[in-house]
Amino acid sequence: MSDTRHAEDCIATVAEDQAAIWIGRQDHKSWSASDQKELDAWLEQSLVNSIAYWRINAAWKRTERLAALRPTVKGPVAAPDLVRLRALAKRTAAVTAVAALIGGGTLYLRQPAERTYATPVGGREILTLADGSQIELNTDTVLRISGGAGQRKVTLDQGEAYFQIKHDSAHPFVVSVGSRRVVDIGTKFSIRKSAQDFEVALTEGSARIESSGLRQERSITLKPGDVVIATGASLSVKKTSLRALENRLGWRRGVLIFSSTTLGDAAAQFNRYARTKLIVSGPAAQLKIDGTFVANDVAGFAAVSRHILHLKTHQNEDEIVISR
Amino acid sequence: MTDKFEINPDEAGVIPGGGVAVPDLEGWFVDEVLPLEAALMQFLRRSGRSAQDIADLRQEIYLRVCESAKRQIPRPVRPFVFTIARNLLIDQMRRDHVIPIDAVSDLEALNVATDVPGPDRNVMARDELRRVRVALDELPPRSREVVVLRRIVGLSREEIATRMNISEATVTKHLVNGLKALANLLYAEIEAERRIE
Repeated sequence: MSDTRHAEDCIATVAEDQAAIWIGRQDHKSWSASDQKELDAWLEQSLVNSIAYWRINAAWKRTERLAALRPTVKGPVAAPDLVRLRALAKRTAAVTAVAALIGGGTLYLRQPAERTYATPVGGREILTLADGSQIELNTDTVLRISGGAGQRKVTLDQGEAYFQIKHDSAHPFVVSVGSRRVVDIGTKFSIRKSAQDFEVALTEGSARIESSGLRQERSITLKPGDVVIATGASLSVKKTSLRALENRLGWRRGVLIFSSTTLGDAAAQFNRYARTKLIVSGPAAQLKIDGTFVANDVAGFAAVSRHILHLKTHQNEDEIVISR
Repeated sequence: MTDKFEINPDEAGVIPGGGVAVPDLEGWFVDEVLPLEAALMQFLRRSGRSAQDIADLRQEIYLRVCESAKRQIPRPVRPFVFTIARNLLIDQMRRDHVIPIDAVSDLEALNVATDVPGPDRNVMARDELRRVRVALDELPPRSREVVVLRRIVGLSREEIATRMNISEATVTKHLVNGLKALANLLYAEIEAERRIE
């Protein structure tokens, strides 16, 4: 994220872009009566234009106060003043970069050819692409789709998604996850990303995992039932039954399916879907359960723990503690 | 909480000084609505939409607010603006199917009017010069240089072009970018959020 890019990519609406150009032009001695007429016409054109102009102009007017810092002596500016002012003008780029990052990165980043889709905790969404491919987003997921012509590129930043891709060998569908890429070869697959690693589970067709960096790493071609776990440096593959894979994808129907799952693991899965967190303390975490639960029904899960497993549940403000 | 904001008929359109219409929509917008922008943006960002979508949403909210203010001044302004924002966001989410309905009910439950502190006018006035300086510091370096040379040093565009050894068109470009960034820094961002280092 370089500073030039901040400048180029400053988020604004079309009207704000135009308003800034008008105000920039206005602040010039060549500004003429006919320019003013043109500006008035633009402002008249729509209230949106006027509002954008008022907003940018209000910010610009506020900098008039900076003139208070101006050297009082008229005429050529004294050299030491200029040095001081140029120092002010050239404050470290790093500060600006950090500030923009801390500002949520929302200020200057703009990639018009890319759209971001996000689901909140407990959310689920189905996106249908122009080519008929479908992407289903699970809870707490962020995914970006590049919109360039003929491009089929998606980046999974966070969470989990299930892809049903219409194969097109001329335009391979590529999902980037961290430094690796999953390339479809006619496929249905799911990817789940956590902070350190990600898992790819292939239910149908075939897909290839390759590293997009300089890393010397073999690419792996997946077959149905394969689950690949990619951590920082390694890829490992395990075979799973299609039935187990189907259970993993229960979230597509809004359910969590457990089969000899420990209570601790089950709680961890629930915790992805609800703000109320389940905490299983002590040996109770090792108990195993089977069954299908509504993904965000934490209270229902707690009730089952209480009535069927005869555990104690204690509800705090935003957590439920389950113990023996 | 889908009920529309209601305007108190006793207060509707009554401005200090006794008028009923908005004599100065721009002044009203700059003084009453723009100071709410940081809180409004914080609210919109929680929706998880892209920065560009949020800028577009902001534009639509301001349009609706001003269209309504043309007929009668909404008082108090803050809940009126946030009610418009929330209804618009809910409409869009439903239409775009970005977020399912149960998430929207979370959004509806948000008490937008109380969970973000409103601007304190006295503090704002006292703080004004410092705030503008802070915003200036955070501009992209070339834009900052142009704004400082223009506003503080008081140089003309030709002089700035000569001094920075760039064309006048480039000076204009940096100025235009600086203007947009300044508006975002002064209105859209909450200062405290940027200052954590």
